[in-house]
Amino acid sequence: MTTTVPEALVTAPPAARPGILRRPKATTGFWSWCTTVDHKKIAILYGGTALVFFLVAGIEALLIRLQLAGPNGTVLTASQYNTLFTMHGTTMVFLVGMPLATAFGNYLIPLQIGARDVAFPRLNMFGYWVFLFGGLFMYSSFVLGGAPNGGWFGYTPLTSAPMDAGFLPGRGPDFWTVGLVLLGVGSITSALNFVVTILNMRAPGMTLMRMPVFVWMMLVVAFLTVFAIPVVTAALIMVFFDRNFSTNFFVAAAGGDPLLYQHLFWLFGHPEVYILILPGMGIVSEILPTFARKPLFGYAVVVFSGIAIGFLGWGVWAHHMFATGLGPVAVSAFGLATMLIAIPTGVKIFNWLGTVWGGSVRLQTPMLYALGFIAMFTIGGVSGVTHAIVPADTQQTDTYYVVAHFHYVLFGGLVFAIFGGLTFWWPKVFGRMLDDRLGKVTFWLMLIGFNLSFFPMHFLGLQGLPRRTYTYAANMGWDNLNLVVTIGGFVIAAAVALFLVNVIVSSIKGEKAPADPWDARTLEWSIPSPPPEYNFAEVPQVEARDDFWHRKYTEDEQGRLVRLPAGGSDAGAATGSSVIGTQGDGHDIHMPSPSYYPLVMALGMPILGYAAVFKEPWLAVPGVIVLLFGLYSWAIEPGTAED
Amino acid sequence: MSADATRGRKLVRRRRPWRSAAFLGVLATVLAACGNENGQNSLDPKGPVAEKIDNLFLPVLFVAILIGVAVTIATVYVAIRFRQRPGRPDNPKQTHGSAPLEIGWTIVPALILAVIAVPTISTIFELAERPKGPEVLKVDVTGKQWWWEFSLPKQAMADKQIVTSTELHIPAGTKVLLRLHSDNVIHSFWVPELAGKKDVVPGRTNELTIEADEPGTYLGACAEYCGLSHADMRFRVVAQPMADWEAWRDGQLEGPAKPWEGEIQDLTATKYQCTNCHLFDDSSKATYGPNLTHLASRTTFAGGVYEVDRANLTKWVMDAPSMISMNAKDCRQPPPATCVGMPSFTKNTPKGQPVMTQADADAIVSYLLGEK
Repeated sequence: MTTTVPEALVTAPPAARPGILRRPKATTGFWSWCTTVDHKKIAILYGGTALVFFLVAGIEALLIRLQLAGPNGTVLTASQYNTLFTMHGTTMVFLVGMPLATAFGNYLIPLQIGARDVAFPRLNMFGYWVFLFGGLFMYSSFVLGGAPNGGWFGYTPLTSAPMDAGFLPGRGPDFWTVGLVLLGVGSITSALNFVVTILNMRAPGMTLMRMPVFVWMMLVVAFLTVFAIPVVTAALIMVFFDRNFSTNFFVAAAGGDPLLYQHLFWLFGHPEVYILILPGMGIVSEILPTFARKPLFGYAVVVFSGIAIGFLGWGVWAHHMFATGLGPVAVSAFGLATMLIAIPTGVKIFNWLGTVWGGSVRLQTPMLYALGFIAMFTIGGVSGVTHAIVPADTQQTDTYYVVAHFHYVLFGGLVFAIFGGLTFWWPKVFGRMLDDRLGKVTFWLMLIGFNLSFFPMHFLGLQGLPRRTYTYAANMGWDNLNLVVTIGGFVIAAAVALFLVNVIVSSIKGEKAPADPWDARTLEWSIPSPPPEYNFAEVPQVEARDDFWHRKYTEDEQGRLVRLPAGGSDAGAATGSSVIGTQGDGHDIHMPSPSYYPLVMALGMPILGYAAVFKEPWLAVPGVIVLLFGLYSWAIEPGTAED
Repeated sequence: MSADATRGRKLVRRRRPWRSAAFLGVLATVLAACGNENGQNSLDPKGPVAEKIDNLFLPVLFVAILIGVAVTIATVYVAIRFRQRPGRPDNPKQTHGSAPLEIGWTIVPALILAVIAVPTISTIFELAERPKGPEVLKVDVTGKQWWWEFSLPKQAMADKQIVTSTELHIPAGTKVLLRLHSDNVIHSFWVPELAGKKDVVPGRTNELTIEADEPGTYLGACAEYCGLSHADMRFRVVAQPMADWEAWRDGQLEGPAKPWEGEIQDLTATKYQCTNCHLFDDSSKATYGPNLTHLASRTTFAGGVYEVDRANLTKWVMDAPSMISMNAKDCRQPPPATCVGMPSFTKNTPKGQPVMTQADADAIVSYLLGEK
């Protein structure tokens, strides 16, 4: 047994326990959540927190839509509107999209590769707390001197001009830059953790080309994150320095260049788009084969096209800048590169359709979301190709046409995939089924609301409505479509509310979930729902891609599916000995022990953030003390407590 | 095989009404979009530059719609066609992939994109060509917070500089070369029916060519978020027959209709110090705020949001921030580069500064309305 425990989890027995705080003991209740290093609990924390931010960003969106429901709206002032669209974008990208992907990755990567935890469990915990504190820090700006109002993209010199210039009064840009730098720390730690976990902690036999596509996509995303976040961090620090210390990086009159910021931001910002969407593609690549009862069509091609997207994503940033006057040669090159990226994306879509083709399709809720993803993401993809037509993009950019495009990609794509993933893995995570009928109603409501909300925006944009405008004139022919958009927004809200109802109903009287409720393919379905802390009592020996599936099924001579006689999916997984990973009670497995210190260290960071925003150096002192206390205690504390 | 084919055909036939309805729906909405005559519709080009863009965009859009509709239909089709039904065997053939298919659906999109790329690149270079010659009108455009200044430099078509704001007059059928400047933040100049956008970036001079085929009024807006009242930074391009345009030009070059002296000078220069930011008697100079010399020759003011009339102007000179959100500080000092917007002359006036009376406002507005 001990020979199969991943090396990273084995620690030499410590001689004595140094440290000031006692090793946390709680395994349930509030403190267990504060000190846990279990990747599954951390994933639930990530997911729960991100869903709360999702609701906040949704409320922001609804307020925006109320203001724009008719011309010359008076629901919000210009200032409030600017704050809301800034925070809606910032929240959805940094506090919803990225952490939700991290939540799925945290929960599923170890389970899908047959590991007992991630490579650095305490670093994992640290990443979560930095995310939480970074998000709270950002939102504390609403009561502490002005929320961010320079747009989620924060173009200079609007954001970088000193506060007394009056361009953006208040401390909004300061909170925004410092908050994003903090969140970046969390993103990088979790990404590094994923890279090391995926490369080093796979179960025996889990070769790279046997990994589930979701794990592959998270590997690509982790690499993108590690390389992209430092670029934006540099840019944000330059903005902060320009604003507060007159460094003039972006001040044209002093020899700086405002466009430098755009290059840096989008050099991060475009890979960021793929950081957001690739996890969704991974989720869909897991759902489709399960509910079509066929392996993913063209597995290797899907994996490689994901990697290709990751690489090409670095070469298209200036397509966000086609109107800035880069010159015809540069825009031609970036236009072509942008077209190129459509090819691997299209290949994925065709392979997904090929997966469903000829299958025995179960149209349960997760599958509906996955199919919805394909169609909606494709619409966003083809409108993306029209942006690559540079002259056309000079008409489209900064209009509602672009708003329509990226919501098809990020809502029709990412959010649909997220909801598909939530309904798919919910029984695994919480041990109870969600109601499928209610889920289907939710899906259709969301699909209808989504299209009502975002399809008309194509026309609004082409008819001349610019983005980021708190009001528009009457008699421009925009009134009716805007009203439809607003109604669509509230239909989406109803769908989200229905999902929450489903969650509550499920937690009260939901059917108990078996280990393998969907007759699925990957390793996480071979262990009980919810999984024990140690995941696998016995580390699985992997023989094939979709290993668990091949323990249940084989193919006859015509390649048709044949169920193996021994071990059924439902009965076998929970109790049967033919199913892997269930032997033993996990009694003698050493798991990493809980710790206070990641939380303590993370707590120091927002204090430093406030010191920077308010330019109060004395406030840095407690921040540094807390941070160093956490850091050193963490370093000294052994990863696993002595028994 | 034949049974399969028959069933496939039947399926297609059964769904045809739905499909054609969807297609007609898409077509109808596209046409409806083209039909919006709001003066700011990029699908309704009114000049060669915008037409060139549209001629490139519409075929690509058509292909994009085709692909989008095809994939959507394919998704619905596979879901329905292959869904599990009672009585149908639940043991699908386990296909793992197909090299020819993979190569096919890599190459076909690549070819489509290659075909699209050729006209795209040639159009990019065509649009980047800079019009030359004495018949080209040059205009310096400056993005302010939150209004546009248009200044015609001395050239063949204008023998003296003309400075105006919010409304750009051009001769129809003439190429106009815009040189875009900003001394504050980034803006974007966009008049959709005449051309695509071009950003207005501090420290750079971007250029944009526009041309209107026919006389008419074309609406524009700032398209880059530039702070508080970005939404209110609108403008219009008025294209006129050459003779009308020349008359406009000559009118702008004249001095004020009523001499700017006596009471009005006392009010605007001394009492309320409007002249810190505005000029009343010389349309050939740029100042910090809009040049007011021929204000009444314009139809709109305040970022093109309000019509030039007595009620609007009176409210504006008394309490501008109640009409447009502005970070209005006390601007009754010689303007720092950072003073954003026009202050209120009736609310929160600084100590020692007079509060504007109705009579004074009426006098100022009466003068302004006389300045055609």
